Amino acid sequence: MTTAVDLPTNIPTPPVKTSLMRRIVRRPIGVVSLGILIVVGIIAVIGPYIAPYDPNKASLQLVLAPPSAAHPLGADSAGRDVLSRLLVATQVSVVAALLALVTALLIGVISGLIAGYFKGWFDSVSAWFTSLVMALPGIVVLLAVRAVVGPSVWIAMFTFGILLAPAYYRLVYAAVTAVRSELYVDAAKVSGLGDGRIISRHILSVVRAPIIIQSAIIAGIAIAIQSGLEFLGLGDTSVPTWGGMLSDGFANIYKEPLLMLWPALAIGITSIALTLLANVMRDALERTVLVRRRRRRAVATATGSIAAVTTSIGAVTGSLDVDAASAPVIRHDDDVRAAARAGDTILQVRDLHVGYGQDDGSTLEVVHGVSLDIRKGEVHGLIGESGSGKTQTAFAVLGLLPRGGHITGGSIDFEGVRLDQASEKDYTAIRGRRIGYIPQEPMSNLDPSFTIGSQLVEPLRKSLGLSKKDATDKALSLLERVGIPNPKRTFAAYPHEVSGGMAQRVLIAGAVSTDPDLIIADEPTTALDVTVQAEVLDLLRDLQAERHMALLLVTHNFGVVADLCDRVSVMQQGLIVETGPVRAIFGHAEHPYTRSLLGAILDEGPARPPLGTLLTKGGAR
Amino acid sequence: MSAPLLEVTDLVVEYPGKGFRAKPFQALKGVSIDIQPGETVGLVGESGSGKTTLGRAVLGLAPVTGGSITYDGKEIGHLSRSQRRALSSEIQVVFQDPYSSLNPSMTIEQILIEPLTVRGVASGEARQRVATLLEQVGLPVDARSRLPREFSGGQRQRVAIARALALDPKLIVCDEPVSALDLSTQARVLDLFIEIQERTGVAYLFISHDLAVVRHISHRVAVMYHGEIVESGEGDQVTARPQHPYTQRLFMAAPVPDPDQQEERRVARRALMTTTVEG
Amino acid sequence: MLPFVLRRIASGIVMLFVISFVAYTLLYLSGGDIARRILGQNASQDVVAQKAAELGLDRPLLTQYFDWLTSALTGDFGRSWFTGQLVSASLSSRLAVTLSLVIGTTIVAAIVSVVLGVLAARRGGWIDAVVQFVAVIGFAIPGFLIALVLVLVFAINLGWFKATGYTPFATSPSGWVASVTLPIIALAIGAIASVAQQVRGSVLDALSRDYVRTLRSRGLSTNRVVYKHVLRNAGGPALAVLAVQFVGLLSGAVIVEQIFALPGMGQLSVQATSSGDIPVVMGVVIIFAIIVIVVNLLIDLAQAALNPKVRLS
Repeated sequence: MTTAVDLPTNIPTPPVKTSLMRRIVRRPIGVVSLGILIVVGIIAVIGPYIAPYDPNKASLQLVLAPPSAAHPLGADSAGRDVLSRLLVATQVSVVAALLALVTALLIGVISGLIAGYFKGWFDSVSAWFTSLVMALPGIVVLLAVRAVVGPSVWIAMFTFGILLAPAYYRLVYAAVTAVRSELYVDAAKVSGLGDGRIISRHILSVVRAPIIIQSAIIAGIAIAIQSGLEFLGLGDTSVPTWGGMLSDGFANIYKEPLLMLWPALAIGITSIALTLLANVMRDALERTVLVRRRRRRAVATATGSIAAVTTSIGAVTGSLDVDAASAPVIRHDDDVRAAARAGDTILQVRDLHVGYGQDDGSTLEVVHGVSLDIRKGEVHGLIGESGSGKTQTAFAVLGLLPRGGHITGGSIDFEGVRLDQASEKDYTAIRGRRIGYIPQEPMSNLDPSFTIGSQLVEPLRKSLGLSKKDATDKALSLLERVGIPNPKRTFAAYPHEVSGGMAQRVLIAGAVSTDPDLIIADEPTTALDVTVQAEVLDLLRDLQAERHMALLLVTHNFGVVADLCDRVSVMQQGLIVETGPVRAIFGHAEHPYTRSLLGAILDEGPARPPLGTLLTKGGAR
Repeated sequence: MSAPLLEVTDLVVEYPGKGFRAKPFQALKGVSIDIQPGETVGLVGESGSGKTTLGRAVLGLAPVTGGSITYDGKEIGHLSRSQRRALSSEIQVVFQDPYSSLNPSMTIEQILIEPLTVRGVASGEARQRVATLLEQVGLPVDARSRLPREFSGGQRQRVAIARALALDPKLIVCDEPVSALDLSTQARVLDLFIEIQERTGVAYLFISHDLAVVRHISHRVAVMYHGEIVESGEGDQVTARPQHPYTQRLFMAAPVPDPDQQEERRVARRALMTTTVEG
Repeated sequence: MLPFVLRRIASGIVMLFVISFVAYTLLYLSGGDIARRILGQNASQDVVAQKAAELGLDRPLLTQYFDWLTSALTGDFGRSWFTGQLVSASLSSRLAVTLSLVIGTTIVAAIVSVVLGVLAARRGGWIDAVVQFVAVIGFAIPGFLIALVLVLVFAINLGWFKATGYTPFATSPSGWVASVTLPIIALAIGAIASVAQQVRGSVLDALSRDYVRTLRSRGLSTNRVVYKHVLRNAGGPALAVLAVQFVGLLSGAVIVEQIFALPGMGQLSVQATSSGDIPVVMGVVIIFAIIVIVVNLLIDLAQAALNPKVRLS
């Protein structure tokens, strides 16, 4: 029994862990900016030793001297050698920036970890302290400190480090709070890991990369502020700094504008290199996080996400052999009940292909030629497991495929209109008025910033051209129709003030509000509790009977299919494998996949006997 | 019957209310339940019923306000973190979401070795143990060097089960472990749970919203509603012939995967709803 | 809504008290022997003691602070130790300059950022690339460096603007525009870099939300959904970044005022700092703190107007 039946035969093996560093040097911008920073770093270390002159030695003959062989960058307003000053200043400026950085890093990271992980009073105190520090413009605090303790680069930068600490604190705090609620941290606690181990293994590894990125940004800010202070003439004039040199150049901007160039270049290039490096690191990191997040959403919503499809495609390419793809769809003839509902076809899908453009320019196909007929007034179930392409098919009909998705082949005919060729403008006349949509997740499908009423009234006015009063009346009567106890109150409420079941009723009201002929319902009850699901299914059935609209019901639940559908199509890996009246599918399914799905249903199985009986049985054996 | 492995008596769990002077929220209002060694007790309820809170309280992840939880005769409701750590080889967990329950940046081997090293198992022995565990849950040995994202939901759930088994626990709290899985995967993972139980004699507190799933795996079943247990008994009785009106509603609400039977059930449910409304 | 506003105002007032107390303690206590610093090294011990008594420096700290606070509440921040001018008088004459600079920059930055951010998010392609590039450069280069370049190019080389000096709006509106244009550009580039990037990100995020698809499924055009629903939901995070940028702008203004020789708060605070004129420094700190607290309160109110969850909780 422990054979790994759900194990794909060929798991693609992406590089296990590529270090951040390696990902940076793979990009040209990363290499260049890292190179610049290394050069600046080397100069910072050896600058004072290679400086040709004493940076503070003034000479009257050399005042504002232009570049010469002896003084390649000329001399400043006091006749001091610019090159020597620049070399020595690099050390001062870099060390000053590092001092601010390390101070901020230590305070911010440690307090962020403690507050985020343990919460409690420390959390409240540090949150308050953070908003206090952020309520003051940094430079004003630095000026105040300068007024008190006099000119000192080091004290100024230490103070600035404290002021910058919230940047780390907020970052670490947010990351820790997010990680803390992850189930793997709970699992680690249950496994007996102590707090120290959990922080070092599970939490530090998550915040490490963002901290490095933040440090690049903070270093840039520290350099800017430090040179800004020196530029204002508030620094220690005995020490050469980039800002001080810039100030000297600015004072002589009319006489010798070139003097400004060198310190400005030093500040500008270092800052740009730091920012670019941070950007490259963020890009490298976000790409992996994005993939992760997409996959998680794929499981959370089980629909609408390409990632789920991608994973399953990766997993099944081996088993999706040619004859499976070209095998004909098994079609069951109409039984008496299905024939009774047989009207004209309202939606005709032929050989539909849907693909997603990939980064490398190729197209990943997720629907491989689906054909589907929906008759007027029938409920048609589209059933399949996650990644089967059922939701993609539904979105393709609505013209609402997620970014990057498009129809790559086949046709969709809706009462004579070719939807596969329809423009955005053509669709505006069709969506809402002719085809409605009921989504899966009730909460995320209502705009949190607008009242429920306004979200119902807006489409009514827009697509039916009703007056505000008429639209409001209609919305209220719809809310009453879908079984909302107090329509007026719900009309005025915001989405977060109603329950999930109520929100789903609101969405159903919205979908039927414009009297469409076809409704596409994408897993309309999956997110609901089972008792609420039963009520919503009743509502859907009544509305469908009342308004004689066709319903395309996308679901993975055979119970829902049995409850509502007249006919069913079974999807597997982007193809329809079997289609027919609901009783034929449940009664005598022919396709092995349909059969295996039906076989996996637990409902009919026997209950497990109580423990005692099992033991006696074992004893008797 | 022998002494229960786990006994929960009149358990109350309260969470502080949000905002100043807000009333605390009572997630569990005096819940009693017991589990024998080697037994599966299914816990059914809808969202907000408190079923997950009960599981977390047993795991020491939810604050116990009142009542008691005894494991193997010892009170474990109010242990300190370090006392709790000693229990890690006794009580383990498998969570619902197979994506968030495995650290995405750790390899399968690192995930499985973690609980072993905490226990001081030597690294050679631990590696040996990882191989056995992977085999037990039906994963190939070369899975050890891979990251969770390379696996499907069902496979991740197998990794989570292997981690729970690493320390040979006597009780595993399973919090909706198959809810995020596809139908066919769900059946196979459930069978794996049963197979492991029959081989190792581990007991399960099996939490689910799905009566069919609970019926398949549980010896006994308890039904929760608004922080209380409204009905409990043998699996077959509770899941097929429920007594309490809420369980009956729950039972009737789940659609049967058969059009004709479902039609009958629908009629029966509507009849039940009218009688309960009138009564 | 009202309790929310009152709570925010109360916490702002508390914060102001704390800032003033901490600033007072640090400035007046750790400044060493203030009377001697005013009178110079040659003054005799008696004269110094007399000066200290005159300034009230011989009393306990709390008494001194309480005195300062009660006069500050009536708008009296004392007199400059060196010029003898009323601190409140010099502050108020300079506040207008700094505020016109900072508010002007905020308005310019907000408008440009929204346009650029929305365009970049919706059109993608080269507009997006340009916005990204501007964002990186604007973020990386310190504002005062940009200011220096602007002075060099537009004032000195091209002569389009005056390099220095300030014309009040009341004297000549066009003169005012000419005197603040370069400083505002210098300050705005950095702010635009951050805010436009945030607008782009939050619009992209809002566009990928499920409710956008649902609203479109009801027959609303994409443009309508973007301008009514997406922008409103993207506004919150963008405002938060704008608030942070505003505090940064006050810092930036201190340096930029110096470069363009604008007689604002920045210039005043630099002078007071280098001479150790504590009452003036104290006044500057308090005024800046008040501005930031008021702006944060306004931003919070705007957030509440945009987001019902904030408003109703």
